[in-house]
Amino acid sequence: MDFGALFGSFDNFASFTMGGLVFGAIYALIALGYTMVYGVLQLINFAHSEVFMYGTFAVAWTFVLLHGTGDANWSLGKALPILLVALVAAMLASAAIALVLERVAYRPLINKNAPKLIALISAIGASFALSEAMGLRDRFAKWLGVDDNLANYVSPKKARDVYTNPVTIEPHKLFEVGGYNVTDVDLVIVLAALVMMFALDQFVRRTRFGRGIRAVAQDPESAALMGVNSTRVVQVTFLIGGLMAGVAATLYMMKIGATRQSAGFLLGVKAFTAAVMGGIGNLRGALLGGLVLGVMESWGAAIWGNEWRDVVAFILLVLILLVRPSGLLGEALGKARA
Amino acid sequence: MMAGMGSISARWDRVVDRYNAQPKIVKILWVTLLLVIAYAMPLLRPPIITTNSIDFGTVMFRVIAFALVALGLNIVIGYAGLLDLGYVGFYAVGAYTTAVLTVEHGSWPFFLALPLAIVVTMISGVILGAPTLRVRGDYLAIVTLGFGEIIRISVNNIEWVGAAAGIKNIPHPTGIGAKPEPPFKQGGLFEIPRLEWNGLVPSFDTEHKSAFLAFGSRDAVPYYWLILTVLILVLIGDRLVKASRVGRAWEATREDEDAAELMGVPTFKYKLMAFALGASIGGLSGSFYASSQAGYINPQSFPLLLSMLFVAAVIVGGSGNRWGAIAGGALVAYLPERFRDFADYRLLVFGLALTVLAVWRPEGLLPPRQTRRAKAAEAEIDALEEGDLEETPNV
Repeated sequence: MDFGALFGSFDNFASFTMGGLVFGAIYALIALGYTMVYGVLQLINFAHSEVFMYGTFAVAWTFVLLHGTGDANWSLGKALPILLVALVAAMLASAAIALVLERVAYRPLINKNAPKLIALISAIGASFALSEAMGLRDRFAKWLGVDDNLANYVSPKKARDVYTNPVTIEPHKLFEVGGYNVTDVDLVIVLAALVMMFALDQFVRRTRFGRGIRAVAQDPESAALMGVNSTRVVQVTFLIGGLMAGVAATLYMMKIGATRQSAGFLLGVKAFTAAVMGGIGNLRGALLGGLVLGVMESWGAAIWGNEWRDVVAFILLVLILLVRPSGLLGEALGKARA
Repeated sequence: MMAGMGSISARWDRVVDRYNAQPKIVKILWVTLLLVIAYAMPLLRPPIITTNSIDFGTVMFRVIAFALVALGLNIVIGYAGLLDLGYVGFYAVGAYTTAVLTVEHGSWPFFLALPLAIVVTMISGVILGAPTLRVRGDYLAIVTLGFGEIIRISVNNIEWVGAAAGIKNIPHPTGIGAKPEPPFKQGGLFEIPRLEWNGLVPSFDTEHKSAFLAFGSRDAVPYYWLILTVLILVLIGDRLVKASRVGRAWEATREDEDAAELMGVPTFKYKLMAFALGASIGGLSGSFYASSQAGYINPQSFPLLLSMLFVAAVIVGGSGNRWGAIAGGALVAYLPERFRDFADYRLLVFGLALTVLAVWRPEGLLPPRQTRRAKAAEAEIDALEEGDLEETPNV
């Protein structure tokens, strides 16, 4: 145990906190997908991690398409045009996967009024299949006879290996906080996450469609009687979750710059933890939960060593649930006031 | 499609009914026959069922080990209605306790370490359950999932239990009779030859005999017999507990916790009991896994995905029905092994199969009879409400 590593100097403390906030912001964006679906359907959308994973590949592929495979170190400003295209691509890819998921793995079960647990199994199956399909993309390309044309996208090495974004985005120092350099990449990630969360919060609270979502979350039957198209609402919920996962994927690729077919799993688990920690079904809770989780596990990693990072995250979850059994802000997608 | 599958459980019902109507002597004969077939399975090696690219005995051992885990998890998920996504944690605790006692920090014989492993997992179940069973439903799912990860990461980082390298040379269970000596002498009390199939023509394969009651690293069949016996014992215990006051308390808690509490069922106590009992069966299974043929465990043997597969086994089979859990466990363990020829695609196919099965048959393959009866009654009420009297509900 080494508390000095964290509290020894303000420099260290600020750097661990900032690092935690950056990851926390990404967790929070993924957590939105879990929390929205849970708020409306009371289902754990286990396959949401794959929605995110497809987004990360969309980002890397956009860079390969528009830049090529040559390795490059760019500043954020230089990468910005491609990054914006990649953002759109990732949002589209993730949203498409989320919608397919809803149509194939969930809607038949919702229509049959199936037990909640079986939707989890269906999602686990879909999660396996999606992740494996990405890991087998070289085989599929070979079947279709396009492996030569798509060689750069399928894989430089093996489809299961890490797939690196050719363009590394170099962070640049913006300003200093007590000896710690805040970089443009970190700032953009945290700000982008906050902006997206704010926009979504306003959408759910102020728009007609948001009212529909809240109505279905509160009482699906009454909502249906009042003329809310609940199938459409569920679809939009998945769509929003997918869009947010796409944003998270872009930010993740800015920071990490590499992905693989199994990249979604642990992040998905963490994001779900964040959603539960903040109060599942609660949008602001997802933000708070994500940031708290990110910062706490970063501090924990500083004190106990990086290998205990995930343990810190889960023990923190247990402790918070013991004190506040329904999360920090309580569960309340339906209760948000307009 | 629904009607086609519905007939599986209807047919299963008919089989059970017909069995119950038999005189006692016929019942005993049937059970004996089934037991003989079950025990002889890895020696019979029936064509089509048998696996080509991997030893069939090993596969059968895995199938039964999985069924045992599913049976334990069925108590937690199926009977008490608690979603446990970190069951692999208990499995790991059982395996590691056995490994630590028998080789890493002691030299206990396996059958002495086994009860202690069960007790340790049961205690870990209580330690995890006591604070977390007060939170409801899906929160429990994520907390247990965290527990599974904590166990895996901890054993990965703690030198005392071998860290990432794992624990090697875990001793096999003590056998009776001659010690098996590689490469040819098998030992045991006596030896049984297995069948060799040439197309559909069977013949005895005297080259590869399986030893009775001797456990070595060459042959998985003795382990299969051992774990099958354990499975049968657990099955009997499961039946007794389910039919007792405890079993009914679980059912009441699962269906409506508030109502059960109002009727005087101490729900927390019974939930904790289900959790601890389920955990101890997980530990039992883990203990056998540690001392099985390979005699080697490491943290990678207990990934979180395994927990998902356990849950899938219980729910695919029909949560709440012990035969369903066994069938589900067997399917989930067997299918990927049988289709190893498609090695790279097996997880993809497995994932698709899981989704298709869930969508196609939301109640599981063999749901408990009560669930189906309740569903039929609901359908009847719905039909009455809609004035749709001609349509008989399809169960």
